Parts: sequence; structure tokens; C-alpha cells
Amino acid sequence: MEYNVKVWRQKNAKAKGHFETYHVTDVEEDASFLEMLDILNDQLIRKGIEPIAFDHDCREGICGACSLYVDGRAHGPDDEVTTCQLFMRHFKPGATITVEPWRSSAFPVIKDLVVDRTAFDKILQAGGFITVRAGSAQDGNAILIPHDDAELSMDAAACVGCGACVATCKNGSAMLFVAARVSSLALLPQGKPEAARRARAMVAKMDELGFGNCTNTRACEMECPKHVTIDHIARLNREYLKARFSE
Amino acid sequence: MSDPKLISNVPEGPLKDKWSKRKSSIRVVSPNNKRKLEIIVVGTGLGGASAAASLGEMGYNVKIFCISDSPRRAHSIAAQGGINAAKNYQNDNDSVSRLFFDTVKGGDYRSREANVYRLAEVSAAIIDQCVAQGVPFAREYGGYLANRSFGGVQVSRTFYARGQTGQQLLLGAYASLNKEIAAGTVKSYPRHEMLDLVVINGEAKGIIARNLVTGEIERFGAHAVVLATGGYGNAYFLSTNAMNSNGSAAMQAYRKGAFFANPCFAQIHPTCIPVHGDQQCKLTLMSESLRNDGRIWVPKKKEDVEKLRKHQVKPSQIPEEDRDYYLERRYPAFGNLVPRDVASRAAKERCDAGFGVNETGLAVFLDFADAIKRLGHQRVQERYGNLFDMYEKITSTSPWEEPMMIYPAIHYTMGGIWVDYDLKTTIPGLYAIGEANFSDHGGNRLGASALMQGLADGYFILPYTIGDYLSHKFSEPKTDINAPEFDEAEKAVRERIEKIFAVKGTETVDSIHKKLGHIMWEYVGMARNEAGLKKAIEEIGKLREEFWKTVRVPGTNEEFNQELEKALRLVDFFDIGELMARDALNRRESCGGHFREEMQTEEGETKRDDENFMYVAAWEYKGEGKEPELHKEELKYENIKIVTRNYKD
Repeated sequence: MEYNVKVWRQKNAKAKGHFETYHVTDVEEDASFLEMLDILNDQLIRKGIEPIAFDHDCREGICGACSLYVDGRAHGPDDEVTTCQLFMRHFKPGATITVEPWRSSAFPVIKDLVVDRTAFDKILQAGGFITVRAGSAQDGNAILIPHDDAELSMDAAACVGCGACVATCKNGSAMLFVAARVSSLALLPQGKPEAARRARAMVAKMDELGFGNCTNTRACEMECPKHVTIDHIARLNREYLKARFSE
Repeated sequence: MSDPKLISNVPEGPLKDKWSKRKSSIRVVSPNNKRKLEIIVVGTGLGGASAAASLGEMGYNVKIFCISDSPRRAHSIAAQGGINAAKNYQNDNDSVSRLFFDTVKGGDYRSREANVYRLAEVSAAIIDQCVAQGVPFAREYGGYLANRSFGGVQVSRTFYARGQTGQQLLLGAYASLNKEIAAGTVKSYPRHEMLDLVVINGEAKGIIARNLVTGEIERFGAHAVVLATGGYGNAYFLSTNAMNSNGSAAMQAYRKGAFFANPCFAQIHPTCIPVHGDQQCKLTLMSESLRNDGRIWVPKKKEDVEKLRKHQVKPSQIPEEDRDYYLERRYPAFGNLVPRDVASRAAKERCDAGFGVNETGLAVFLDFADAIKRLGHQRVQERYGNLFDMYEKITSTSPWEEPMMIYPAIHYTMGGIWVDYDLKTTIPGLYAIGEANFSDHGGNRLGASALMQGLADGYFILPYTIGDYLSHKFSEPKTDINAPEFDEAEKAVRERIEKIFAVKGTETVDSIHKKLGHIMWEYVGMARNEAGLKKAIEEIGKLREEFWKTVRVPGTNEEFNQELEKALRLVDFFDIGELMARDALNRRESCGGHFREEMQTEEGETKRDDENFMYVAAWEYKGEGKEPELHKEELKYENIKIVTRNYKD
């Protein structure tokens, strides 16, 4: 199969970017979207054109590295997938496919489709952990956690840190990402002692790093590849309010 | 007798006392001295992240490096099924000694006894640590931790978080790492790739790394270096490893004097989604946990095979009596839960005999119809829901309706850098942990044991043993990164990069890597023989020459350049592939994942040769283009009876 790929090219963080359109041929029907880009890159290199830079690694939807805006949607036209789990069978042969990097001032472009997401690491460094030292833990079964609480915590913990929520939000808000971590830990007894401090610190860091505010449009939930829901944002808000009162 | 260059430093005395004995003899470093000591950790998977976090907690100055944009993306994240621990929560008579026994047996008696026992010994504390970090392990309705079974064992000792156990454990370790980064004890260098090890007066003192964003070649000094850089399975091009997983750090250490042990021991995982075409770049694993409830089969009749290949019949339409559940038939005691190497070879045997169920003839069924009937939709959904979804996304077939199709693929490498009991390599000051070392899994790793090893090494073993070395170093000044050894290493790195750009050929890096993959899979894959291995060595040599004549890497060093990254890694994969073939040629026995066709029983099972090969083969680099020298560490099993692996009764 053949496609036209209209893709964002940007030499580096300082350069001005622009769209280029390339024709890609010989794409198998079962190919994934990133395999299509591999094929295109192979064809570009042979023509003496610089290949398109994009982040990717595990190619099975769990590392969270891939981060493409395809035809106007974060991770492209399929639900609950990362870009690497998007398959070419979703595109009509001969179609023109538009590919852009995440667009958010908190995620500056490094090159082409690669963005800098270290802001996410910084938010987690502000408080996205339980302070426990290796060696000091008691027996795992000494902390009983009801089955449903563990499952709910796991729902939030499934976040892969890809940034689709930020990229798709008209405000560039990182609320779903922050909520996933705060909620996952707040649901567990182990996470309670630091819950207030965590919610305050992570929200403050998110604001400081230039992410926008949440206006409950639910766009983040729609594009989250791991189906993290805005229920967790509600829980973050509760935790945050509680934290304010406990100050 | 073992080679004098390979001193394992295993403490004397009874097996169960060895680790306590070693810990009590390790010198500790006082808190004020720890602050003066610098440690470099390369890699942020389970091993690297847990080690760096623990060392930071202890008060050392740690620098941690990863090639991804965040430590959280290391390939441990993709481990699905679970982590083993000898907790005996199921009251099924599990114990440290049973986990130890299963691991040594599963590894076909080619791992180091004392290391494996210690692994089993600390396994329980890993679960406690992860629970305390907030890892949402699966729970029973009473709130207690849940377990499941994995291949090669008859107890339920595997802890899990849906099919995302590796992700959750890594996020736990990464959270601890973040805590230390916030505290200032650990400094993180994402998007940095180690390109050489710096050795001064015989001791590891730092690394040369490339900043992957700017292309800058940077120098980092330390009192000790820890490699937690994973395995080298991507030598085969197609594997379940992440695209950027590579063996380059291990090769750099090898060229600087670290011995490389048992390179030929690579694990081929039986349950992967079959290859669909020649443009594919990556194979996807379906967790081994699926074999708890899934049944593996192919048709008994060739005519059914033909119909399946032509899509004239659906697998679910083939009657029960015409199905060959070949694992249950051949290995009644373990059935579908035989170890990975056994299950992989059995699939190959059926497909070679012409019973492969897809167009390529390289696939078997993994069927959940019985499990859905027995357990109901809800419980199957809870256990495997995300794996079913993933399978459906990739293949557009629903495992709820028709069986999955699977085939073996390269998954893990048991071989790695040789380490002693302290996890120290043959270069003083250089340590290797997790998949990067060789010590715990012998010829075959059991499922859910990679996560266990990574975290055992990182949380509970390395942070103690490295102290013994550092206790002699706190009075030494900081490593001078302007020393001539750093100049030389940086110069060599720059020359290598320039040489790659200078080729200006016509072929892409991936197209050459694919050719290497074909050679490796054909001759150093699931079945190996003398003629094939010799041919592999020859072919790899030719391909390496072809690379240096025809490769084309666009752009420059001074920028974000993924083609350059891939080219640098491929140069090392040639050497790894050759070393694997050489080791496989030397090991004229079949054992674990290493199957020499010349050495098999009449039933086609592996035939070990304990008399001649009960040793670790550690290879010493002798210079470019020269044959490496083989050193042998004799393996002694004082606490376990050596038997032929039997999963039949």
C-alpha cells in the first residue's frame, strides 16, 4: 500500500519548523504506524533525505515513548492505543496522513516529532513517591488492601507517562497525569501518610512548569491510551482540597 | 579446576549461611565517607533504578544514565506476567530451598549455586519493599496478596499486577529514584548513551557518554561503575526486546577487560505473536502467565492444517478429538507449564513436521475456550484482559472467539558479563547487575525470575557488596576526568563515529541489521550445529565488512541523530553475534536454551554433558580481529542432586 505522509520537520529546538509531504510505498497491510515510518525513513535515507526523528522503544504500548499527533488526534484514529499500537489497516490506501509532535509549551520540540517531556519527571520528583527505604518494609501481607481498592489503584497506575493528555488538552493541562499518580497512591494505605504533602507539591510543580488548568472537557480521558478516567482527577481535587485544609 | 582469573569469591560454609557470612565480613563505609564517594549507574531498568535509589538512600553520590527520555521507559517496563518470591502464602509448601531448586533445575545446572540460593533468600523482601512503595499487586477479596503459577514450577509463587507487573515494579523503583533525585543524592542523565568505559590503573573510573540531544561527547568520573544495561537479544534484530535495547555497554566493558560469560545462552520465548512479514521490526510477547489457563495445540490431521492455512475452517470448528495438545501429551506432569526452552522446541518440532497453523507454517494455537468455560468471562478478563486486548489490536482477531496464534521468539539473554559473588566483574570497580550479568539463570531462565533478579541485585545485594570495594576508596580523590585515559577513550569514541560517517554508502543501518538477524536466527537460533555455527562466524565477518563499505548514516554527530545511535549499536552486535556463535560452537552439549543438534536424546530432548561442560565459559577479549581466550569456572553443586531435567512425570 502507498500513503502520503505530511509530517512536521524541525531541525532542532531553536529552528523554525514546517510541514513536508513524502510519498511512502510498499507498506504491508499488517504494518503498524511506526513500521510505516520505519519504511518511509528507509526510503528517505536512500533518496538522500534526512530521516524523520521520532521517539519509540517497546513497540507494545507500555513504555510510553511514542508520542505522535496523527490526523489531529493524539496517538491517531483508534481508541485506547499508543501510536505504536496503531495499525495501517485504519487508513485508506493512498490517504494523506498528517503527523505532528505533541504541541504544548511544557513539551518543547527537540527535533521533528521528538519532544522534551522531562517536565513529567520533575512533577513526580516533587512528590510522586512513598518515602520508604530499601530494607525497612514489613511483610507484604501485613498491609491488607481490599481487592477493589487494589484494582482501582491499578487503574490509575496504568498511566504510561506518554503525555497524550497534555497534548490533547486545549489548556495543555497535566491534570490527568498528576491525578493518576496522586490517586493511585491515595487509594492505598501505604500512600496515606504523605497524601497531603504529595498532592500539594505535585500540583504546585505542575503549575510552575507551565502546564495549563483543567476545565473538565474530558479530552484527556478520551485520548488516554490506558483508559485513565477523570474520576481520578476528582480524587486529586479532593486530596488537594483536604491538603489545603490541613495546612 | 577453575581458571585462576575467575575467582568466584563464594564464601565457605553451608549454603544457607553463605550470604549472612559474606554480609558480616563486608566492610561498611561510614556516612560521612559515603558522601565523598561517587558511583555511576548505567541503565534505569529494575536493576539500575533500584540500585541507584538504594545507593542514594545510603548516602553515596550517584549519577544515573539512560538512553530514553525518562528512566521510566527502560525495557523492564514491558515485563508482563509477574515476579517470583518464596513467600509460601499459598501454603503449597514453597520455600527458599524450593525456589532455589526450581531455578537451578530450570537453568539446567549451569548457574552458580551460591548466587541462586541468595536470590531465593532475598526474594521475599522484594515483595515487601514493593508493597511498601505502593505497587498495586493483585489482591484476594480478603485483602491478601494473590499469586499465580509460571512455567517450570509446581507451586504458585508469582506475584503480579495484571499483565503489567514489570511496569508497576519499575514505577516503584523509579519513584524511589525520584525521591533520591529530589533529595540530591542521585543526579539523572536521561538521553545519554555510554560509549566507553574508562579504566585507570586497572580500575573502572568512569565512562564516556554521548548526549543524544546535542551529540556532545561527555566525560564522567566516579569511584565505581555499575552496569545495569540489560541483555543483547537484539543481535537477532527481531526479538521481544525494545527497539533501543542493546549490548553495547557490555561490549565496551568486554573490550576493556571484563570477561563475557556464556554468551550462547539466549532464551527463546514460546508465546510470541508470529512474524507477519519482512518489514516487521519487533516481535510482541504474550505473557507466559497465559499458559496457566491457555492450552497449546495444533491439529492432528494434515488436511485440517491445510484448511486452516486457506481459511476454509476456523480453529474453533476443529473437533476436540482432532487436536493434538502436544505439551500435555509429551509432558504430562507439567503440561502447558513446561519451561520456556522446552515449550519453544516442542512448537518448532510440530511446525517442522508440517503442522504450523498459519500461512507461513510457523504458528501454533494457544486456546482459552476451556478457561472461559471453567472460570467465566469476568475472571478471565481480570487475569488476562489487557493481553487479550493487545492481541486483538495487533492481529485483529479476538482471543475470546478464536485461539491466539503464537510462535517462539528471542526474549532474554542468560549470558552476560562475568561477575563474582559480589557481582564484581574481572575489572575492579566495575559491577554488573540484572540481565547484564550471567550468574543466576544458567542455560534457561524461569518465568517471573528476571524481575526478581533485577530487584534482588539492585535493592539488596549490590548496595552491600559494592561497599566492600568502596571502603578502600574513600580517601582517594575524585576521579580526574582530564586524565590521559579519558583523553584516549574520548578520542577512540570520536574516531569510531567519524569512521561511520565516512563510509557514505547506500545501505541503511536497519537493512544490514536485518541481515545479521537472519544469520543469527538461522544458525544460532533454536537449533544449532557445528557446520552452521562455523558458517555463522564466517557470514558475520563478511557482513561486518559489508557494513563498513556500504552503510549510510545521514546527518552529523552534533545533533539528535537516531541513525548514528543505531549504527554504533550494530557495530557491537556484530561482535556479540560472533561471540555467541563461538561460544555455542565450543559448548558441544545441549542444555537449557542452547540446543546442539548433535547432542539430543532419541526423543529429541536436550542431552547435557556434565563431564565436559559443567562450567561457565568466560571469554577474554584479545584485540580486534583476534580470537578471544576461553576461561572456565567450574560449577560445583554441593547442595543439590544433579539430575536430568524431567518434566514428563
